[in-house]
Amino acid sequence: MMGKNPFDLEVEDIAWCPGCGNFGILAALKQSLAELGLAPTEVVLVSGIGQAAKLPHYLAAHFFNGLHGRALPVATAIKAANPALTVVAESGDGDMYGEGGNHFLHAIRRNPDLAHIVHNNMVYGLTKGQASPTSSRGFQTPLQVRGVASEPLNPLTLALSLRASFVARAFAGDIPRTVEILKQAIRHKGYALVDILQPCVTFNRVNTFGWFRKMTYYLEGHDVTDPEAAYRRASESDRLPLGVFFAAAGRATFEGSTGLYEEHTTPLFRRPVDAARLGALIETFRRAP
Amino acid sequence: MSGGSNFERGEWNLLLAGEAGQGLQVVEALLSEAFRQEGYCVFSGQEFMSRIRGGSNSTLLRIGSGPVRAWSDRTDLAIVFDGKALSRLEKRLQAETLILGDGLQKAGRGRILDVPLRRLAQEAGGALFVNSVGAGILWGIFGGRPEVLDNAVRASFSGKEAALVEKNLAAAGSGLEAGRKLKDSGRVSLALAGPAAVGEGLHLSGTEAIALGAMAGGCNFVFSYPMSPATGIVTFLARHGHDSGILVEQAEDEIGAANMVLGAWYAGARGMAATSGGGFALMSETISLSAMTETPMVVVLAQRPGPATGLPTRTEQGDLQLALGAGHGEFPRVLLAPGNPEQGFALARESFDLADSCQVPVILLADQYLLDSHFDLIAPLRTEAPPQAAIVETTAGYRRYLLTPSGISPRGVPGWGEGLIGVDSDEHDESGHITEDLELRIKMVDKRLRKFGSLAEKAIPAEWLGPEGASHLAVCWGSTLEIVREALACLGRQDLAALHFSQVFPLPEASRQQLERAKCPILVEGNATGQFGVLLTQHWGVRWRHRLLKYNGLPFSVEEVASGLRRILQGEGA
Repeated sequence: MMGKNPFDLEVEDIAWCPGCGNFGILAALKQSLAELGLAPTEVVLVSGIGQAAKLPHYLAAHFFNGLHGRALPVATAIKAANPALTVVAESGDGDMYGEGGNHFLHAIRRNPDLAHIVHNNMVYGLTKGQASPTSSRGFQTPLQVRGVASEPLNPLTLALSLRASFVARAFAGDIPRTVEILKQAIRHKGYALVDILQPCVTFNRVNTFGWFRKMTYYLEGHDVTDPEAAYRRASESDRLPLGVFFAAAGRATFEGSTGLYEEHTTPLFRRPVDAARLGALIETFRRAP
Repeated sequence: MSGGSNFERGEWNLLLAGEAGQGLQVVEALLSEAFRQEGYCVFSGQEFMSRIRGGSNSTLLRIGSGPVRAWSDRTDLAIVFDGKALSRLEKRLQAETLILGDGLQKAGRGRILDVPLRRLAQEAGGALFVNSVGAGILWGIFGGRPEVLDNAVRASFSGKEAALVEKNLAAAGSGLEAGRKLKDSGRVSLALAGPAAVGEGLHLSGTEAIALGAMAGGCNFVFSYPMSPATGIVTFLARHGHDSGILVEQAEDEIGAANMVLGAWYAGARGMAATSGGGFALMSETISLSAMTETPMVVVLAQRPGPATGLPTRTEQGDLQLALGAGHGEFPRVLLAPGNPEQGFALARESFDLADSCQVPVILLADQYLLDSHFDLIAPLRTEAPPQAAIVETTAGYRRYLLTPSGISPRGVPGWGEGLIGVDSDEHDESGHITEDLELRIKMVDKRLRKFGSLAEKAIPAEWLGPEGASHLAVCWGSTLEIVREALACLGRQDLAALHFSQVFPLPEASRQQLERAKCPILVEGNATGQFGVLLTQHWGVRWRHRLLKYNGLPFSVEEVASGLRRILQGEGA
């Protein structure tokens, strides 16, 4: 990518630790958006709370940095109110899979046309090192002093079991391949999950850059239209496959199914109240003469 | 409370009682339609149990030559489809009440008159038709024209299969014959003075009025999770809204619903959620987010008795403090509380412009009584003026939280203009980026609180009812308006008036003097702790001489308010 990226933003003070995996995700996202030819005024980033959720402050685009766990409902609504916008919901594993777990399930079912990027570092950073839904069993923290007792959540198989229309996994340490995956996710018409493995250099001394490099590999020769193969590959735990596991074309999107955009794609804010129609509806409550 | 004067006024209170599933709503709709066709004013309200079949429910149907618009405990004529209902209704039966039923056992007050409900229903095709038989009997006793009843039956069953309509027509017809015989025997009368043309000819429930008001206010985005008694607003908008370009979706939970509403407003749409206390409690954090991001939001809080699940199908004015305090942190908000369908329509409509222009959450407090009751309207629904959107086209360098004297920053939306729209739940700078600059923190808090100034200018004054300068003043809010109005009319005193608040927060300063001048302020509120009274004491220093409170799950009745006020006035030596 030559020249200045329109999504670059001068930021005095980034809140991430030096060496954080979030830097790689930020770089990959900016490059993806630029390579797709989008302008900052066409893109809305929606995030929740956590270190990953601060990402929208570090690039030039519209953003809604809302509550912990609630990025997906906000993003779904923005897209439904103005389908011309490119909407990206992004945040961390605690935010999206823990606090926002219910919205995760139902966003997949609704299939809004948005990219859902989850920074997955298997730990809570901002609250200083507690377990996340994706932490491995036995992972010791100041709170889980005897080690995590719960099974880790596998976001990919969960999404696939709900018939998510696009499911991928990337690694924050590999920006070029992450850019390719993100571009596919953003272009995908429908809900697209990209779980990005990301080391937390401060609070996770187990799942480090070196650990992820050793424990991951890219899918090759995999049929992204085969949901059973996708589920099988996403279930692998000895080494974690990276890449696009599943992509379904031609699924109806949430905003497309509302019936509001069949004739034209005018956003809701440009649509006036039909006073005549309302008046006629009110008349149905009048006593017949 | 003597019924006599009302008889002369040309007004009857009918009570329909039966199990869930016996079709009380059909009788209510059918007779409302028939009496309205004949030019009479109709009010109806329901009290029902939280179940789908069985139990014991009742519907009040008031028919008047003039306006009747409030809940009453006086029963002139009851028709009982299920004998078990009788004991539950005891408090609403008087010595002069005539009770129609089939093999009823005499228990308490009232005279029983046997009518062959079951036999006529069986002859018409089965027990299912007992409701149409009952409607026919009442219409026969009234002496109404058969064709009006037939039309009402057809209207009530429109869209149903022809055979079913025919059977209901037959059932209503045989009931009508039985009713006529009773009338001719002189054992029962429903004679009414001639109808006076009342108001607008529109007949609406609170639910319908608020939903229509939302449509008039430009609402085009509804995300909600079902919860009684709010659900009707959402289903109305789902049924009627699509052709008007309104998106209606059932959210996974109330937290999702509220956040979707905010997302919609952020993108320039006009979103609304409707819920009850429990769901509203889940939305609390999002109310706070609305305040911090200065993203408008409209929520209907349809109150029912709590705490927790409480009495799910009943009424209370118990969530005022919840609405006042919901959401952490300090910020402006608006609480509106319609007293009748006209206000329900107007305030629902106004909510959207108010939320938009001041960038605050607006909460519309309704309750089961107002939402489920049907009223004849006496004032028109104004739809001429279009809603006023308060969004602007942005230019490069746009700052969403520009510091301004009013505290209101011009609101841009993504997709219109060259600016970037950044909003944040963290404390933020003018561009919406996270800040920990503590001087800026003070500026931003002050900015948000300055919006109270604009809200004060727009505050809706309370409505004065009754004689000017009365020494005794009943103070009420929300759904008790018409009940208190009728109670005042019944008492007809020069030393008693009422003040009704349809905006309960921020308090309308214009009404303060009226309240302060009253020698004896009396609080009338549908909850156990007098929440609005506490608010008025806190803000205006009102010292209540008396409180009339009700919290058994039923609305105040006209008679209760009238006798309560009479007792208070007697005690005051007035």
